[in-house]
Amino acid sequence: MGTYVSTTERETKEMLEVIGQKTVDGLFCHIPEEVKTKGDLNLPKGISELEVRKKMENLAAKNIMFSSIFRGAGAYNHYIPSIVKNVAAKEEFVTAYTPYQAEISQGILQSIFEYQTMICQLTGMDSSNASVYDGATAAAEAIAMCKERKREKAYISATAHPDVIATVKTYCFGNGIELILVPEKDGVTDEAFLNANLYKAAACLYIQQPNYYGIIENAALIGEAIHSVGGKYIIGANPISLGALKSPKEYGADIAVGEGQPLGLPLAFGGPYLGFMACVEAMTRKLPGRIVGETKDLDGKRAYVLTLQAREQHIRREKASSNICSNQALCALTAAVYMATMGSAGIYQVAIQSRSKAQYMADKLGEIGFDLVYNKEFFNEFVTTSPGSVKKALSTLESNGILGGFPLTGDKEGTILWCCTEMNSKDEIDQVIKILKEV
Amino acid sequence: MELIFDKSCEGRGCSILPECDVPIVLPSDKDKRAKKLNLPELSENDLSRHYTELIKRTYGINDGFYPLGSCTMKYNPKINEDMANLPGFTKIHPLQPEYSVQGCLEVLQLAKGYLCEITGMDDMTFQPAAGAHGEFTGLLLIKAYHANRGDVKRTNIIIPDSAHGTNPASAAIAGFTVVSIPSRTDGCVDLEKLKEAVGEDTAGLMLTNPNTVGLFDKSIVEITKIVHESGGLTYYDGANLNAVMGIVRPGDMGFDVIHINLHKTFSTPHGGGGPGSGPVGCKKLLAEFLPAPTIKGTKVLSFEFNSKSIGRVKSFYGNFLVVVRALVYVLTLGKEGIPEASKNAVLNANYMMARLSDLYDMAYNETCMHEFVMSLEGLKKETGVCAMDIAKGLLDNGIHPPTMYFPMIVHEALMIEPTETESKETIDKAVEVFRALHTMAKENAEALLRAPISTPVRRLDEVGAARYPKLKYEYT
Repeated sequence: MGTYVSTTERETKEMLEVIGQKTVDGLFCHIPEEVKTKGDLNLPKGISELEVRKKMENLAAKNIMFSSIFRGAGAYNHYIPSIVKNVAAKEEFVTAYTPYQAEISQGILQSIFEYQTMICQLTGMDSSNASVYDGATAAAEAIAMCKERKREKAYISATAHPDVIATVKTYCFGNGIELILVPEKDGVTDEAFLNANLYKAAACLYIQQPNYYGIIENAALIGEAIHSVGGKYIIGANPISLGALKSPKEYGADIAVGEGQPLGLPLAFGGPYLGFMACVEAMTRKLPGRIVGETKDLDGKRAYVLTLQAREQHIRREKASSNICSNQALCALTAAVYMATMGSAGIYQVAIQSRSKAQYMADKLGEIGFDLVYNKEFFNEFVTTSPGSVKKALSTLESNGILGGFPLTGDKEGTILWCCTEMNSKDEIDQVIKILKEV
Repeated sequence: MELIFDKSCEGRGCSILPECDVPIVLPSDKDKRAKKLNLPELSENDLSRHYTELIKRTYGINDGFYPLGSCTMKYNPKINEDMANLPGFTKIHPLQPEYSVQGCLEVLQLAKGYLCEITGMDDMTFQPAAGAHGEFTGLLLIKAYHANRGDVKRTNIIIPDSAHGTNPASAAIAGFTVVSIPSRTDGCVDLEKLKEAVGEDTAGLMLTNPNTVGLFDKSIVEITKIVHESGGLTYYDGANLNAVMGIVRPGDMGFDVIHINLHKTFSTPHGGGGPGSGPVGCKKLLAEFLPAPTIKGTKVLSFEFNSKSIGRVKSFYGNFLVVVRALVYVLTLGKEGIPEASKNAVLNANYMMARLSDLYDMAYNETCMHEFVMSLEGLKKETGVCAMDIAKGLLDNGIHPPTMYFPMIVHEALMIEPTETESKETIDKAVEVFRALHTMAKENAEALLRAPISTPVRRLDEVGAARYPKLKYEYT
């Protein structure tokens, strides 16, 4: 068996003597016998590191790694620079706890302060927290931030990611916010429905930009609508798109959230990712989770510390703005290193290349009968029809080592949501077209 | 030290991407970003040095003793990291077809089986990303259970006042009314108070056992029985599971639903504040309400969406790579190593307590589990040195301080959890430091009030930070 315990039998005896016990089991004698576990747990015997490695490698080998990926739908295959992986793997960062002891945690605290600054840059907002679990929980937390007495209805566009809508629904089942789904029309938020159905009691509206179908929403006008009844405006954004597209702030949002995975985190079967969350100054004290602020030490030296803790569960208990404590700090650090490595120009390049390749692919697919379903401006994802069976088209690609677009279901059955990033070369795209042409 | 923004120089950068090989398409003017994006511009060398400088100002488990009570800061094995970095896991898209992700599904199935066995549960979800997220999820299961039975009066969750702050916070965001009951002086549940609190409005009880003062509540069977007889369910906060693995299972104590902190008990690293993982286990009666999707099958695994599920609590399937690490840990330790870990955690805590109890006042003078609580109230009265000052004194000695001022029912509390992966020598050395600080408090309190002096920065102005929040770098 493997073990990480270093105490020898002799030491155990010495320690028991100091304690005044004869056996280790004696330390558990106050646990009622009736509940104690009799015999061994039904677990396999422990194994050596070498055996564990083989077992895990075998498990990993049961997955199929596709050499090229044209699927996004909430998880994006962007290039991760070596330095990003390298920094995020440093033992000190990996093994530290939440930086409660500021004097020995300035490295973590400063890295979060820098992350907060970069997220504010990207979103145009005034304040950012240190991250939440993912884009979906960020959306749910943002909606909860907007609940006020007499404002307990939240609107969410049906063009948001289905997992985001589902997660928000679950949180609303908990906190009692009434959730109203704004339907989709022609691939975008139905503005006419929204204008006709906005209540004065609206707490907020959440839309995703670019939306689940990759389309760029009429975000400025939608924002004016929710603001006209005094509700808050929340935009869930793809952070890479913000290198080239208007920031949530420029569209008039009060809160910006999103899935931070595209900022240097691997696909990893869905996690760990991170949710970023930022807001306008007036809402800062409603932000959930950890926030790092700048201050000074006794000698007047610049330093960083967890701050505005009066919002948090360990002080406020049931009156806290959220129950979150552990967030995704190491993922936030990864995102910060990614943003610093790419710089403004690099993120712009990733955005523009993703956008350009998606357009090239959409055009080429159109030539072979996979027509765009919506005639609207998109970012790096788009929906097409399929001239034949969707299943057959995708499985043919898969047998060539290519993960094709995501087959949509429900009223979108028969269509495919494609995605391109800077990872997809022109040759790869041409290869997809060639294969599909022969299906 | 300088911020990364201070080091930025326009025109510098790293060379990462190739030229675009298709015609460039720009966003339309209506949606084009207007305000310049200001991210740092550094050479790769400068970037690397910046983060190395930050590392030198960071303290992880690898740097030394980390007896942070309630956080279980045990060693994070390197093989866990290696396995979580296998491309066969990291390069898998979460929306790949089921046939192509059988390895990932098997990881989740295996982990579920082992963790259910360790906790005495029947089913489990890995969607929750952290402990508090697990609490929220577990409470929603309780809510859905009562709602499904049409039992709508059950709106209260009973929580002892010794509980971690997340318990009441989670209950509140799950839409429950929190009923706080006072603990006995030994931190255990006051059965009379519990009997008074339960009734037709009781949805459930949230409890940690061992409790937050490090003691095992001997009345546990009676406690869960009282709640069940009132029609409520019982929630086990797994924060302290590291004390009892292989000794006693929450399921056998009478708990219906639990969360586990993989980043505590199952050795996955804490990352400076996450990512963690807070899987939720439950007994059969709650299984149909678990978050969707769940995994079904034996040979060929697939996703299943139960119509009674509470829905999703997160995108996709949780912090998958954290589950990989926890699975590696359980496989390594196995049926012998898992109980051995708990036994040594309890041994280390009792040894350290015994070596300090002649000098420091213990909040409870009895056998503790994996952690113990000291009260520095007496020392403070005598010398003016408080729990915070002792903690800061530890910093000058290369030791991460224990948890301070928790649980709230103990005044001037320091909560110490050595964990099983610390050697006797490490504990002996730490004991000497604690003892020396006690002497220092009596002989030279002034010096201790000034600590720390050897850290990169000294004590901070926290009040000023909250009063005049400066939460980001301001570009000039």
